[in-house]
Amino acid sequence: MRVALFVTCINDALQPRTGQAVVGLLERLGVQVDFPAEQSCCGQPQFNTGYRQATEPLVRRFHRAFRDYEYVVTPSGSCAAMVRDNYPRIGAKAASEGRGRDLQQIAAAAVPKTYELTEFLVDVLKVTDVGAYYPHVVTYHPTCHGLRMLGLGDRPRRLLENVRGLELRELPGAEECCGFGGTFAVKNPAVSAAMGADKVRAVIGTGAEAVCTVDNSCLLHIGGTLARQGAPVRPVHIAEILASTEASTEGPEVPTEGPDAGTVGTEGSLR
Amino acid sequence: MSSREVVLARVRRALADVPRGEGPEDPPVPRDYDIEHGSRTAAETIDLLAENLADYRAIVHRTDAAGLPALLARLLAERGARTVVVPPGLPDHWLAATDAELLPDTAMSTPHQLDAVDSVVTGCAVAIAETGTVVLDAGPDQGRRRITLVPDHHLCVVRVPDQVVGSVPQALPRLAPDRPLTWISGPSATSDIELDRVEGVHGPRVLEVILVGR
Amino acid sequence: MSGTYLGMPAFPRAAAASTRDTRLRANLTHATHTIRDKRARAVAELDDWARLRAAGAAIKDRMLRHLDHYLERLETAVTEAGGQVHWAADADEANRIVTRLVRETGETEVVKVKSMATQEIGLNEALAEAGIRAYETDLAELIVQLGNDLPSHILVPAIHRNRSEIRAIFRREMASWGRPAPEGLSDSPAELAEAARLHLREKFLTAKVGISGANFMVADTGTLVVVESEGNGRMCLTLPETLISVVGIEKTVPTWQDLEVFLQLLPRSSTAERMNPYTSTWTGTTDGDGPQTFHLVLLDNGRTDTLADTVGRQALRCIRCSACLNVCPVYERAGGHAYGSPYPGPIGAILTPQLRGTAGKLEASLPYASSLCGACYEVCPVAIDIPEVLVHLRERVVEGGPVTRGGVRTVLKPARGHAAERAAMRAAGWAFDHPGALRAGMRLAARTRRLHPRRLPGPGRAWSDTRELPAVPAESFRDWWQRTRGEEARDEAARGEGSAK
Repeated sequence: MRVALFVTCINDALQPRTGQAVVGLLERLGVQVDFPAEQSCCGQPQFNTGYRQATEPLVRRFHRAFRDYEYVVTPSGSCAAMVRDNYPRIGAKAASEGRGRDLQQIAAAAVPKTYELTEFLVDVLKVTDVGAYYPHVVTYHPTCHGLRMLGLGDRPRRLLENVRGLELRELPGAEECCGFGGTFAVKNPAVSAAMGADKVRAVIGTGAEAVCTVDNSCLLHIGGTLARQGAPVRPVHIAEILASTEASTEGPEVPTEGPDAGTVGTEGSLR
Repeated sequence: MSSREVVLARVRRALADVPRGEGPEDPPVPRDYDIEHGSRTAAETIDLLAENLADYRAIVHRTDAAGLPALLARLLAERGARTVVVPPGLPDHWLAATDAELLPDTAMSTPHQLDAVDSVVTGCAVAIAETGTVVLDAGPDQGRRRITLVPDHHLCVVRVPDQVVGSVPQALPRLAPDRPLTWISGPSATSDIELDRVEGVHGPRVLEVILVGR
Repeated sequence: MSGTYLGMPAFPRAAAASTRDTRLRANLTHATHTIRDKRARAVAELDDWARLRAAGAAIKDRMLRHLDHYLERLETAVTEAGGQVHWAADADEANRIVTRLVRETGETEVVKVKSMATQEIGLNEALAEAGIRAYETDLAELIVQLGNDLPSHILVPAIHRNRSEIRAIFRREMASWGRPAPEGLSDSPAELAEAARLHLREKFLTAKVGISGANFMVADTGTLVVVESEGNGRMCLTLPETLISVVGIEKTVPTWQDLEVFLQLLPRSSTAERMNPYTSTWTGTTDGDGPQTFHLVLLDNGRTDTLADTVGRQALRCIRCSACLNVCPVYERAGGHAYGSPYPGPIGAILTPQLRGTAGKLEASLPYASSLCGACYEVCPVAIDIPEVLVHLRERVVEGGPVTRGGVRTVLKPARGHAAERAAMRAAGWAFDHPGALRAGMRLAARTRRLHPRRLPGPGRAWSDTRELPAVPAESFRDWWQRTRGEEARDEAARGEGSAK
């Protein structure tokens, strides 16, 4: 099986390890991974801030990059949701403004083949045990777009529960938004920070070594808040956990000690 | 142009996207929701009614037609009721055993007069098991809306099984829209302070429902 | 906080102030979490919830798509049943009508049932100017009125107050409005409710005019429905001689049968009960029972403008249950007042900018008062896709476009104050559409990464005040791929194989 990796702009520029983990994981599962270089951003930041027309060239670019593939896999719940929920809206609005139906057709083609990583693993590859080994205490935060727009349900949890060595700790108030919300984080910084602080308090309270999500954008916010507080909990994308094996030498060495390791109430959880 | 015409013209302009041929009842409404939640025997439906009434702090009693007068007399006595307002069509024998003074409701009785009355006894139009609701429709055995509102103690008689339905969708066809209806589910309550539920505000603070078998 | 929403600052500023108010935060967290869990349990009791929700949305859509028809039908039915129907294009007109109707009774006091529509139009203030005193009779509205405060929640307007604050307000203020608070009043909710009962009883028993809103109006039969808990609604709807109901035109439902859906959806979503304690329905007037004069004031006030927007229209399905407020993480931290209208929370963030337009600073900031987490849409009993409408309204704010205001179609200019953002978004859009340039930029960032500051100046502070900036990696994914698997890598591998031979 051959799939195209839609790595997303944030992962490309800031979290390449996540993309590398997806490549390693899928190849280990016998999938051939391509990275169409023409890909770029899905357009979510523009669209969600109100710049719909500025999003359209990115929709077309997505189409050019991925039109020849049967499966597009992305390690981002919110970018997958952008394609699946919002591309059709962009197409419909363009058509209603009398600017042709091609964006609608592009969206119709993109929607059924775009998968968030855990969806692809569970629904297409039909695996929940990917042979991963990750001997750490982890808590899982279901990100809003994964949870409510894509309806990922328990897929990420099922994958994590089958990781050897991993102890999964329940996150209280897991389904509450972390407060990132794209440009919300800078347009309403006080509320965003207050939400982030509550999320981080819950994360630290689990005693986990790492907090995991299906989205690095939320992790930038959660991890940035954790780091500012000097908390020794490390943000890690689920792909990096699923890519880890006993044999893996590179990839995530989680967790490295934070700046003030051990000063926050997580006794016994750090190696 | 009158404001009526202004508003209606605005509505019509706003709906320019609705196709001309589409009629008011054309937009589809899926009604595949349940008419009743689960299946129950008549006896189970009555049990559920009793359970849900009690869950919202109504006091539930059961008796048969022969036992009703004595039960009503006892319940009124227990509350120390000296005066009882009576709807015009309440069966006479219901209150045959009470010592309390019976006051017929008249159009002349003012809210202040009603405020001085201890209790009210009524029948009902229908009762809904799934929600623990009794519905009054101002029929002869229920009287004007105000008599079940101002006195602090309401005794409501439900004839079972005839007046009991399972669900809200089963209740509405049995009610006449042109009658003033009062749906009652437990005594008055408020959650306005810290969303903490407190029973007993402006309506009767004690609601007793008597399920009377044939 | 007092009496008016006018001149309130944009959402981010008011919300920021709320996040620093620890008592407000504690009150809101306690209350919203309590009701949130109860609602989930009440909804879980019904297996067919999703189907009821779909039916509720469809009934409202049917009504909205033929609102003219259903309004005329409603008017006929109400009139035939002995009511008088008045039409108000805006708030001022509605206030003038109600003031005139009250004056015609010769009364100078009215009792009121909690009504979102009358808050929206500022009826109490308009009546006060005409020398008419309006008594709010819902417990929470009473707390707000006595405290010279503003409602901050649709269902529980005094949700921002805790029991000890309420006790203080009752002790301080009740005497100047009527019966004083009982001696030795404690802060137990039961005692506070009892104090309100005693205080309001004399108002109910003497009132000659009642003012209400309505939860539903049945077009077919002319029946109005008020759903409540305390019995203050029944008092206002039953005891006065004259009843005036001010109702938004979108509260119409086509048929009596349609109530079977909403009387299941509303209580469970709102107070998380199987059924609220009291529901009153009335059709015109009834001889000898209840008010003998009934006026219905049908209110537009921006609703037809909202109706004209095919995306935003769905906001008019709202049945004011407040479930979206109770699950909203932004509402929980910002509080209701930050939304600057009687409609706070997610529904307010899409309703207020549509009813009032997006010209004002506050209104233009409301569509951004959301992280788009989608919890509101998930709980909405009539399936209003609030995130979709939020994004739609953001577009209206930054890009302008065709809108209807006061019934007139016009083309809106982009809002001021977004020029820098627009330029940045366009630049980002250009860069993302030119991966070569983007790649060069990423490489430059990687080479200079040791020089990057930990905290940003200017607008970037909004991020870096509370969060670390992400470190820029030495190599982008794109470069890694190119180096390890791209053409260069394959060429190198081929050369390696060649030389080994």
